[in-house]
Amino acid sequence: MKIIMPQHLVKAMSAWLEEAYPHEACGFLTGRLEGATRIVEQIIPVANRSTENLRRRFVIDPLDYLRAEQQADAAGRVLLGVFHSHPDHPAVPSEHDLASAQPFFSYVIASIENGSMSAIRSYQLQHEAFTEEQFVHHKEETISL
Amino acid sequence: MITIHIPTPLRKFTHNAAKVTVDADSVSGAIGALIGQYPELGKHLLDTDQQIRRFVRIYVGEEDINQLSGASTQLKPGDAVSIIPAIAGGSKG
Repeated sequence: MKIIMPQHLVKAMSAWLEEAYPHEACGFLTGRLEGATRIVEQIIPVANRSTENLRRRFVIDPLDYLRAEQQADAAGRVLLGVFHSHPDHPAVPSEHDLASAQPFFSYVIASIENGSMSAIRSYQLQHEAFTEEQFVHHKEETISL
Repeated sequence: MITIHIPTPLRKFTHNAAKVTVDADSVSGAIGALIGQYPELGKHLLDTDQQIRRFVRIYVGEEDINQLSGASTQLKPGDAVSIIPAIAGGSKG
């Protein structure tokens, strides 16, 4: 399992997550499937709607989910998953991440240390537990396999 | 007819269909008809008490059924029902 994200999208995602620091921030990843490899072609940042501790929690509005999925469908892309930040915390999923995890989706987690991106890792739910997938930061804007 | 929007994680149970049409006059009827067509969806949408699962949201148009009449919400022909997985998490468990 592998997920590849081109450089300009890694930069855009980092900027969105760093801007929200010390709060958690989130968004969607859309793109295409090439066998077991996922190629991110677009990110859709959305607001963190958590009404709890914004430094430790994120919640996505169901209508933001629906719009992102409809946007992906209309563009012929696949909604590949979700990204979110862990401010001053490792890029590993928590029990809270696991509780609402969906099959199929990639869960990209970025650690933001002191306001700067320090690590990006990705996971998929398999047999009710997270399995890490390889996250590849691609240096080109267009990826062909 | 009612159009039901299927979320990406559940499309493997609908032969990759993003939309499924059913005949129904309530949300519970629509979900029941959908599961009738695609039985494997059942355990992903309903809990052991046959209630809509905790991490599944159902919208009619842009309204959450929890703000309407829940699973009893009435539907009229042409309504769009969306199944939406709840997306949440955070760094502390």
